[in-house]
Amino acid sequence: MTFKNTWWKALGALLICYASVAGLTGKVPRLPILNETIRNTYFHVPLWFAMMVLMSISMFKSFQYLRKGDISLDQEAFSFAHVALLFGALGFITGAIWGNFTWGSPLPLDPKLIAVEIGMLIYAAYFILRGSFDDEQKKARLSAVYNIFAFAAFMPLVWILPRVTDSLHPGNGGNPAFGKYDMDSTMKMVFYPAVIGWILIGIWISNIKHRIEKLEYAKNEK
Amino acid sequence: MKEIIALLGKEFTLEWRNKYAFNGMILYLVSTVFICYLSFRIKSNSLTPPVWNTLFWIIILFTAINAISKSFAQEHKNRQPYYYSLANPEAIILSKLIYNFVLMLILTFVGFGIYILFLENPVQDLALYAASLTLGALGFSGVLTLVAAIASNAENTGSLMALLSFPIIIPMLLMLMRLSKNAMDGLAFFVSKDEIWTLVGIDGIVIALSFVLFPYLWKS
Repeated sequence: MTFKNTWWKALGALLICYASVAGLTGKVPRLPILNETIRNTYFHVPLWFAMMVLMSISMFKSFQYLRKGDISLDQEAFSFAHVALLFGALGFITGAIWGNFTWGSPLPLDPKLIAVEIGMLIYAAYFILRGSFDDEQKKARLSAVYNIFAFAAFMPLVWILPRVTDSLHPGNGGNPAFGKYDMDSTMKMVFYPAVIGWILIGIWISNIKHRIEKLEYAKNEK
Repeated sequence: MKEIIALLGKEFTLEWRNKYAFNGMILYLVSTVFICYLSFRIKSNSLTPPVWNTLFWIIILFTAINAISKSFAQEHKNRQPYYYSLANPEAIILSKLIYNFVLMLILTFVGFGIYILFLENPVQDLALYAASLTLGALGFSGVLTLVAAIASNAENTGSLMALLSFPIIIPMLLMLMRLSKNAMDGLAFFVSKDEIWTLVGIDGIVIALSFVLFPYLWKS
């Protein structure tokens, strides 16, 4: 997936700049407890969305690899998973800062937190699995199978479990995630561009990572 | 269908001839439970129901990983291409799944028997508890069979097996613990309906995926 045109990269960078400036200086509703930390909505939530999108792309690339057998597709799956884990770590940190000010604890026992911790364990295991093979084709095939399997086991965990148990996060206990967000239209004007911006930037970073992987592979082949 | 039955027959004959492996697993269960018995019963009644339940599932989890990790590793590597030339990969994975399910079913129920023998029986709704044991055996065998197939290709099979399966199994384990805790407290059936459906769903996804993905693994 090498896009020659660069408009979407520029768009992603612009959207993130806009979301950062508007997110930190714009008007936000005054809510009890949340106060100014509501601005974290522009950073924490989009990072999670971007992580989910990157994980899905990674899973899709693994699937394509199994069908076509092109090693470059597997490297792409690896790059996307790598960046997804990075975004996951960033989302985790922003969430911990937010939780510290609103819930009084950076890491309360919450189903969504457990889900994300497990998700990060899954991808860590994926990287260990990749490291334990020397043969490139074998490594690619086995880790692609694990990637798909783990993704399919992970998604019900994130989407179903928090909804049947009680969670501190909004939109849990039966509601879809956006049901209870107290977002007015000015917040939406910043929130949605931020989501799109982070997703685009994530894809961009993954593409660069993929190109590095490709070069290193070519170097080792010689 | 014939293939599956023949392969299943092969698995059971192998198991019958290697009885020490099965007996080893039973002994593993007995000694783990005995260790728990010694460490908890010395202070009488220090085992509260949630702890009782959690301990049981953790024992079952480790037994399952030990039992299933050998399902691809016990036969000689060179024999795998031979099976491949004889049978469909779908037939092989199905026979392995069925075999591991039966094995896990026996191990969980025997394990439960040993466990209540040593550490009392606080379960009020035995039928529901048995249902959770069955769902657990199904889910564990589904996840661990495919992971064993992946891990058997690497050199450090044992540690990789635990590493790869733990994160995938955690959601299932959490659900199982909730369901079996409901059974212990003797809550009405409709309370645990959500858990049962979620578990059936997860088990279904996992088994369907192992069925679809195994042919790709097989080629290596």
